[in-house]
Amino acid sequence: MDVAKAHEAEAHGGTHVVSLPTLALTLAALLVLTWVTYAVTWFDLGALNLFAALAIAGLKATLVALYFMHLRWDRPMNGVILLVSLGLLILFLGFAMVDTETYLPERIPGYAPEIRR
Amino acid sequence: MTEAVSTGHGERAHPDFLQHHFDTPEQQFTSGKLGMWLFLATEVLLFAGLFCAYAVYRGIHPEIFEYAHRFLDKSLGATNTVILLCSSFTMAWAVRSSQLGKRGLTAALLALTILGGIGFMSIKYVEYHHKWKVGLLWGTHYHPSAEAMEGHGAPEDTAAGVAHQDETDAAESAAAAEPPAAGPQLPDLSGLPAGVEPTNVPHGAVGPEGTIAERPAEVLPVGEEEVKNVHIFFGIYFLMTGLHGIHVLVGMGLIGWVLRRTLRGDFGPEYYTPVDLVGLYWHLVDLIWIFLFPLLYLIH
Repeated sequence: MDVAKAHEAEAHGGTHVVSLPTLALTLAALLVLTWVTYAVTWFDLGALNLFAALAIAGLKATLVALYFMHLRWDRPMNGVILLVSLGLLILFLGFAMVDTETYLPERIPGYAPEIRR
Repeated sequence: MTEAVSTGHGERAHPDFLQHHFDTPEQQFTSGKLGMWLFLATEVLLFAGLFCAYAVYRGIHPEIFEYAHRFLDKSLGATNTVILLCSSFTMAWAVRSSQLGKRGLTAALLALTILGGIGFMSIKYVEYHHKWKVGLLWGTHYHPSAEAMEGHGAPEDTAAGVAHQDETDAAESAAAAEPPAAGPQLPDLSGLPAGVEPTNVPHGAVGPEGTIAERPAEVLPVGEEEVKNVHIFFGIYFLMTGLHGIHVLVGMGLIGWVLRRTLRGDFGPEYYTPVDLVGLYWHLVDLIWIFLFPLLYLIH
């Protein structure tokens, strides 16, 4: 398999060509995971439902990025850029959520928010 | 490198697609790809703002999201997810066939990808049109008709509602047993749970209409009490899916452009950069939908 891949890469100007079975398997995995994320809503897992939905979405996103978007064979810099943007997103959302969770704006109707201790 | 400069383009074959500020096709390709990834990072950050709005509003008012997501059609959302994943596959395949120099196959796969985009937008149109018709819209345009409320208004589980009422009563009597809280000018605080100390800071402004009196321990069962400010959910829904939809339209346009150039014979194993970069854009659009689908349609 690796030999065949290397040969293919050599034949096309040093760039990697993703094999069709790899692409098809990626699609199959993505479709199965879509079904799983749909099926998981049949069960009441409490707060875990949101966690499961995000975990499955993250896994699907990883598959798309690695195989469809070619990051697995790319120069590492491209992946680093994506990871940095995701890191900034988490930083942004994380601090916003910490702030949101600090206050109980509805605790006393019409009054200044209490700060949770 | 100096060699290339000194000899100009005489010694080395200089293909048409190679811009003059690049030394080699490979350098041009990797630079283009780096630039595309930087652009995609800004796209992630663009959507980060909307995801942040989603997270903050859902953090404050989970009951709105729990209530309002039932107005979205899960099966239409799932169908759109499958369509977008399949079109991502045909796009990745188109990049592969372009790398291998199969012009006809590439054109067919690009056309299929556009078809996927058309399918996605058609379903989006059906969804938007229905919401428009029954008044499930943003802000002051939120006027759900009787048709929209059908099957969404009645209490689902009366037993759970009664149990919740008992809990509230117990909490209220516990609070009443406590000595009255400090501050003579404070409003009636009998609704406060035990142990919560009210602030003495006078309010700067009265909270908006519809804020809930107390964060419920669990999200209230639908129909137990009227959920207010549902328009916030639809504002976020239309902003997120709308911006995503615009990206799908742009992606379809770009794929059309690449399709035209493929048919013209611009691409081959030596040069397929536009196909590859447009593919990356299309995959990012897919990536964002992968998160939008569970967050908007599959709230539990």
